Amino acid sequence: MTTSRAAWWFITPALIVLGVFFLLPVVAALVLSLTDYDLYALADIRNLRFVALENYWALLQRPLFWSALGHTVYFVVVGVPLSMAASLGAAMLLNSPLARFKAFFRTALFAPVVTTVVAVAVIWRYLFNTKYGLVNYAFDSLGIPTVDWLGDPHWAMPTIILFAVWKNFGYNMIIFMAGLQAIPGDLYEAARIDGASAMAQFRHITLPMLKPTMVMVSILTVSGYFQLFAEPYVMTEGGPLQSTTSVLYLMYEEGFKWWNLGSASAVAFILFVIMFVVTAAILRLSKQGAPA
Amino acid sequence: MSPRVAKALINGLLIGGAAIAIAPLLYMVSVSFMPQGQASSLPPPVLPTHATLDNYRQLFMNAGMGRYLFNSLLISTCITVISLAFNLMAGYAFAKLEFKGRQRIFQVLLGALVIPAQVAMLPLFLLLKYMGLVNTYGAVIVPALATIFGIFLVRQYASGIPNDLMEAARIDGAGEFRIFATIVMPLLKPIMVTLAIFTFLAAWNDFMWPLIALTGQEHYTLPIALASLSREHVQDSELMMAGSVVTILPVLVLFLALQRYYLEGLLIGSVKG
Repeated sequence: MTTSRAAWWFITPALIVLGVFFLLPVVAALVLSLTDYDLYALADIRNLRFVALENYWALLQRPLFWSALGHTVYFVVVGVPLSMAASLGAAMLLNSPLARFKAFFRTALFAPVVTTVVAVAVIWRYLFNTKYGLVNYAFDSLGIPTVDWLGDPHWAMPTIILFAVWKNFGYNMIIFMAGLQAIPGDLYEAARIDGASAMAQFRHITLPMLKPTMVMVSILTVSGYFQLFAEPYVMTEGGPLQSTTSVLYLMYEEGFKWWNLGSASAVAFILFVIMFVVTAAILRLSKQGAPA
Repeated sequence: MSPRVAKALINGLLIGGAAIAIAPLLYMVSVSFMPQGQASSLPPPVLPTHATLDNYRQLFMNAGMGRYLFNSLLISTCITVISLAFNLMAGYAFAKLEFKGRQRIFQVLLGALVIPAQVAMLPLFLLLKYMGLVNTYGAVIVPALATIFGIFLVRQYASGIPNDLMEAARIDGAGEFRIFATIVMPLLKPIMVTLAIFTFLAAWNDFMWPLIALTGQEHYTLPIALASLSREHVQDSELMMAGSVVTILPVLVLFLALQRYYLEGLLIGSVKG
């Protein structure tokens, strides 16, 4: 058997899986989003009609779609910077020559990343329980007014953001640590000799040198945060007053609760386009800035 | 700032950060041993008045936790073993075997990485429904049997294997499959471990797709079962914490045992630029 013949045997199983169960459905999703596929079509495919962009138009006129998009953007815009700041802070602490027990601290800080979202969301729901939660108890003991964390429409999303930061910051921390280690020590040495303060070193050495890492991390994190679903599903069921209904939550309900698969596919595609545009914008902005 | 103060500050912050990271997990363990009702008392108890295994007993005897644990283990193991084989073969071929269209196909796969998995979910559900796979283990296993990320990871790693090794074997008349099994596989061992833990953890923790594809309780994985239990038992915090322990413990232990491989994979996987 020739090498190239063998190569096809090597890649065919994976290509069949990816082709049939991922790429084909993606193309089908685009077609589906142009039809009125619903419960009736699910029962009998002859009820299916082509509706062109009607699903998209209908969505753009639905307040719930806009509020779901608003909540998702809120989650991304507040959550991503917080998350990255926590990651960078932790990475810099761990990277400091003064830090002790580094392996232990790294493992402890990373542990939330490998846990199951649903399981830790259940823990947080209890910790932030209005009546019996430790958090409100601590607030009360310190004389701070308690908050109805997951029951107040103004506080539910911030609580979920806090949860997401806690759960995810360890992942980027590892990437930032590798980025920090790649910065030549001479740079800091020279800066110290010139009398630069720690803050000046951070601004003029660490940040510029980390720029490629930052760009990559922000793209990965933004994409991940746009896919908010499990947290509101478990912690708030999209409430209170739909204040934590995300775009994917809307897609899930639209598709698998109401069986409007056509309209749900349109939701999925809009999310995809938004993610694509935002990612492209980050890349573009990063190229326009001062050369690293 | 004197070095002494700086040292105290840095280590103090690390202790505080580590405490925030793991305190909720420790608290979960503590509450899981509390007798029923203790978690809903004031002030919130930190430790059980007397530790009990009642919550675990109830989970396994009455709530079907054994079944869910079995489902999770079965699904995650099947996905890990088979997808490891598929991704290894494909990743190696993209790195080391010449064939027409190699670049083009790989480019398409890389491009597809930007598409979020959820876009495919609605048609995938219909496809599996027509195949009769909805609400079977297959509905969760089959679509996960190859990943672009896995192929990419293996390809990165396999590129480092010197071609001479394979060439020498070819001159000796060894077939491509023999070469793969006897020469390449042993060299890929570190990346195999890495990819295996990544895949297992991802399969174990996966939520949205199993929630869609597994419609009947008998096939629920732990996260789906836990989400459904937590909606029924909103007030039974002790029981839910025990359920969380059962769900988290296996992956946490796996990670602690093999974290070196996991963290390495995380770095190879994200430095794709």
